[in-house]
Amino acid sequence: MNDALPVSARGLFKRYGELVAVDHVDLTVEKGDVFGYLGPNGAGKTTSLRMLLGLIRPTEGSINLFGRDPQVQGARALEGVAGFVEGPTFYPYLSARRNLRLLAAYDDGDSRSRIEELLDLVELRDRGEDKVGGFSHGMRQRLGIAGALLREPKLLLLDEPTTGLDPAGMRDMRDLVRRLAGEGITVLLSSHLLAEVEELCNRVAIIRKGRIVYEGQLHELLATAKSGYSLRSPQPEHARALLLNQAGIREVTSVDGTLRFQAEEEAVAALSIALGQARIGVTALVPETASLEELFLGMTEGEQAAGAEEAVA
Amino acid sequence: MIAAVGRVYEWEVAKLLAQKRTYLGLISAMLVPIVFVVVLVLQTGGPTDVPLGRYIRDTGLAAPFVVLFFMSIWGLPLITALVAGDIVAAESHNDTLKTILTRSRNRGQVFAGKVLAVLTYTFVVVFAMGLVGLAAGTIAWGFHPLTSLSGTKVSAGHGFGLLVASLAVYFLPLAGIAAFGLLLSTVTRNSAASVVGSLMFALLMQLLGVLPGTETIRPYLLGTQFEAWHGFLRTPADWVPVIRALWVCALYISIPVAAAYLVFLRRDVASQ
Repeated sequence: MNDALPVSARGLFKRYGELVAVDHVDLTVEKGDVFGYLGPNGAGKTTSLRMLLGLIRPTEGSINLFGRDPQVQGARALEGVAGFVEGPTFYPYLSARRNLRLLAAYDDGDSRSRIEELLDLVELRDRGEDKVGGFSHGMRQRLGIAGALLREPKLLLLDEPTTGLDPAGMRDMRDLVRRLAGEGITVLLSSHLLAEVEELCNRVAIIRKGRIVYEGQLHELLATAKSGYSLRSPQPEHARALLLNQAGIREVTSVDGTLRFQAEEEAVAALSIALGQARIGVTALVPETASLEELFLGMTEGEQAAGAEEAVA
Repeated sequence: MIAAVGRVYEWEVAKLLAQKRTYLGLISAMLVPIVFVVVLVLQTGGPTDVPLGRYIRDTGLAAPFVVLFFMSIWGLPLITALVAGDIVAAESHNDTLKTILTRSRNRGQVFAGKVLAVLTYTFVVVFAMGLVGLAAGTIAWGFHPLTSLSGTKVSAGHGFGLLVASLAVYFLPLAGIAAFGLLLSTVTRNSAASVVGSLMFALLMQLLGVLPGTETIRPYLLGTQFEAWHGFLRTPADWVPVIRALWVCALYISIPVAAAYLVFLRRDVASQ
């Protein structure tokens, strides 16, 4: 594998008639990243991934996967790349094992021992002879991972890998992604599950109505959030009056009996002493940091209402 | 490149062998001549107004030729379209194109494997029908010399050679229908529409051949090529319809296949 970036997309644009599905998207995924591609349903995540995999031609823009362009080099550009979009699909009338053998044949390999190893990994070995048509969603997702790993990828593209799974299935899938990332595989993971992205990813891009509204380190994104403190007291009015007159305490607001404010740590320490001296009881004084969810909703505000009609898979 | 197409072809055939519609077509093609022979054994009359019809009870060799005539109208086109119309559309229906097009085979190789698989199925169907017809006819009436369309007798062994040659030529127009089915399958992404559309195309070709005023184009219609094998059954053999079938069918095969290839190469593989 060369030293080129696993994913480098520039000015990616896709139009379907009047509808712009992806609007000049730039994406950079670096080696070793677990990159979260976030966006509400219909924001253009899947269309972007399909373009990256060479399934859809961009109207404009360029894509390079490890320095190779899928639109120019076709299947050769996907060397070292595997994954699935909108859930993995298989031939329902073939068994799990035969589906994997078919995929291996399409990759110039037919290592039966590797297929057995992967069926083991995704805990489907004893269902290997069963037709995929009878598989549950979770089993197909796991078989999809096995199908992707058959290629021994350096870059794994996973589109909503935990969608539709039960809680145990979601946990297992996340463990698997974490493990693969630990083995050095670069992962590009699209999701609308923010907790999942927060748990797994080091870098993120947020897409809204086809446009990237943020791309960068996840911790930097979280650091941009305005942090503050919340205070609960059995005497909220007295507490509020004290806060308003206390040095270093700013932007005091009161919502449903909880007081929120901005302050430096030293000022908060002084506040706690002042509250005690004023004999004002405190039931909670806690630092608050905006979650990824709050940041995400802030960036994609209004999307839910406007996006429904414009949904493009 | 050839090895890559070969592996796709191998799995396309494996996929066909795992699907009921393949067996439905193949068994139908084998059942028709058996039913035909059984009916004639049970009855006294016969198809005297079709080529070799009046000699049907003289030798089992005549049976497959007569069946070829009847099956060209819609039977074999339907059996062919059943698979040809489905081979790309089924991938769209199951959303599996994205699965195979994100591996190491390029679109051209995948498409070539599919074309070869469809042609293989069509070839097997024609020969299965012809050889089962021969077997059924031989059981009923024996393996005797055949009377050619010129009225001369040819030995049973020679007659068998003529049957094989006739089946090979008969395969050509059927491959033209398969190619049309493949085109519809690629463009419409809908299996039922492709099967029905291919059958309509075959019937239209037959219809054009019997309409008055179409005499000048008749030799170049696909339906006419289903009679090219008559040339082998004349003494001496008449190569004119056979040669014409070769190049006319080559056009009927290559044009839809080329069009389907271009569509397949450029299409966006998005969800249905």
